[in-house]
Amino acid sequence: MITFIIRRLITAVFLLLVVSVITFAIFFLIPRLAGQNANELAAQYVGRNPTPAAIQQMVERLGLDQPLPVQYWHFLKGLVAGENYSAGPSVTYCPPPCFGYSFRSQLAVWPQMVSALPVTVSLALGAAILWLLGGVSIGVLSALRRGSIFDRFSMGVALAGVSLPIFFTGLISLELFSYKWPLFPNVQYVNIAVNPLLWARNLVLPWVTLAFLYAALYARLTRAGMLETMNEDYIRTARAKGLRERSVVVKHGLRAALTPILTIFGMDLGLLLGGAILTESTFSLPGLGQFTVLAIQNQDFPEIMGVVMLAAFFIVIANMLVDILYAAIDPRVRIS
Amino acid sequence: MSSSPEVRGRHAVKPTATAGAGAGTAIMEPSPAAKKIEGRSPWRLALERLRKDRAAKIATGTIVVIVLCALLAPLIASWVGHGPNQLFVDTGLDEEGNPLAPSSTFFFGTDSNGRDLFIRVLYGARISLVVGVLATLISVALGTFFGLVAGYIGGVVDSLIARLIDVVLSIPFLVIAISIAYISHPGFWLVVFVVGVLAFTYPARIVRGQVMSLKEKEYVEAARALGAGPLRIMFIDLLPNVIAQVIVYGSLLIPLAIVSEASLSFLGVGIPPPTADWGSMINDASGYYQAGFWWYLLFPALALLITTLAFNILGDSVRDAMDPRGAGIYE
Repeated sequence: MITFIIRRLITAVFLLLVVSVITFAIFFLIPRLAGQNANELAAQYVGRNPTPAAIQQMVERLGLDQPLPVQYWHFLKGLVAGENYSAGPSVTYCPPPCFGYSFRSQLAVWPQMVSALPVTVSLALGAAILWLLGGVSIGVLSALRRGSIFDRFSMGVALAGVSLPIFFTGLISLELFSYKWPLFPNVQYVNIAVNPLLWARNLVLPWVTLAFLYAALYARLTRAGMLETMNEDYIRTARAKGLRERSVVVKHGLRAALTPILTIFGMDLGLLLGGAILTESTFSLPGLGQFTVLAIQNQDFPEIMGVVMLAAFFIVIANMLVDILYAAIDPRVRIS
Repeated sequence: MSSSPEVRGRHAVKPTATAGAGAGTAIMEPSPAAKKIEGRSPWRLALERLRKDRAAKIATGTIVVIVLCALLAPLIASWVGHGPNQLFVDTGLDEEGNPLAPSSTFFFGTDSNGRDLFIRVLYGARISLVVGVLATLISVALGTFFGLVAGYIGGVVDSLIARLIDVVLSIPFLVIAISIAYISHPGFWLVVFVVGVLAFTYPARIVRGQVMSLKEKEYVEAARALGAGPLRIMFIDLLPNVIAQVIVYGSLLIPLAIVSEASLSFLGVGIPPPTADWGSMINDASGYYQAGFWWYLLFPALALLITTLAFNILGDSVRDAMDPRGAGIYE
């Protein structure tokens, strides 16, 4: 088991390294390919009517005059060990994980991301609990009552759910429950430590909208998985030996059907924690997703790099945890 | 075996015994039944099942209507007399410069620039359909290729491709899509490319899994014994056997690609204005619909919903028809 965990950890670190190289390449090569040189790149961040001297200073500060591998090395070093940045005469130490300083605002990237993180985490975790409970239970009930009105109705809704983009359901729910019938008038983020009730109330709409989308998908997956497992021989055996239907369904059927769903759950949750871009921009929540959109619009390279790395980190970690969880449940996984 | 007297004897007594396990009356019918027997390929069976599926019929009908709308958009536009990007500053906006509600002149109302929403929604279907289909073709082609190679060759190549898929899955899709679109100036082909390439992982995984089990089959061994090279085995022997699965997943990738394209355009990094596109129309409307301009949001969103829903239903039905063991949603 410990070997398995170590092996998974190494894979995770390797994956993150590759992701960092790819993102670095994308963001450094594409402007170059588009014909921008270091001076033009730097000029964007100096302000209006930049003087050549100011541009030169910026180029040096951002390290744009150095070769790409050197720039990448500094990035990696900052991430792991921190980095010294020289701003004029003074030298600032940027502690790890150091994603450098924003081109535009000159603020350190990491603290900015940390302050946006609670919004995204609140949004993602709340929605995840809702959709996992809702989606899986609807899927199980549908599978058990296959062909019933409940099954047809819920699968119809689920099909609509997977076809709806979040920005559509989000805008509709805002219109209905925030303006027309103001049950949840203010969709804004309130710190949970300041006012937990208001925190929850303000997030209800984004939670439900986001969860609906995923619940639809999970209900479909759970239903398909349950229909398949409930036809297995061991289910018949479990029934034959006189187990109660409930424990047949939950302990034998659902347990097997849940495994592939856990994999997808790990991936989905990891992806959302890195920034629910569409949900956050629909509901104007100042989380990582909005931070990402702003960073991209400003072409703020250190910010984009930071966001991509953080998002990749969440995805890789979530996948790793799911894998380890599998290995703990199912010994066969450890061998392959 | 088939020439053994025992089998021949059984055939002589009961010619159609192999047709079904249940001893129904149909089996007892003598020669006419034997004459009617004809080989039905899995494709034909799937098509027959699909033809019986009511949901699939409705979905196909809807898709045909949408395709017609897209094809006939210029014709309808000239018939109505409104271009997709034509600004009706005088007749399409009220005194305060706000969009007009649906009327006999503007069937779906107008947008904030005084353009005819009906015509724009029709034109939007072109972008959605073309991007959806082209992007899906790209991801299916890439995915099938990588899946075949990884599954058949195995070893180092397989691990490399598996890692590549892991990497692509670890990078947040939207972030990369937005960034690429933003940095290198958004445009039609870029959207197709980004949506298509980043979705290749799904078909790749499916094909890889299939090929790994198929390559142990006797016919592959036979092909190898006959001296077929890996390319021939992969693309002539194995490809036809995974194509059914590819079609099933491909049909479910189309709505995904359509939504991805609309999402990019909604975020302002998809198809650049003034091209009529449902995602960017929804984005434009998001600042207006709360003030009572409901049609502005409703019609593009409805068009998007109906299109993705129709493709999803059809995709579900195709899957059920191709794989009757599976857990169909519409029995």
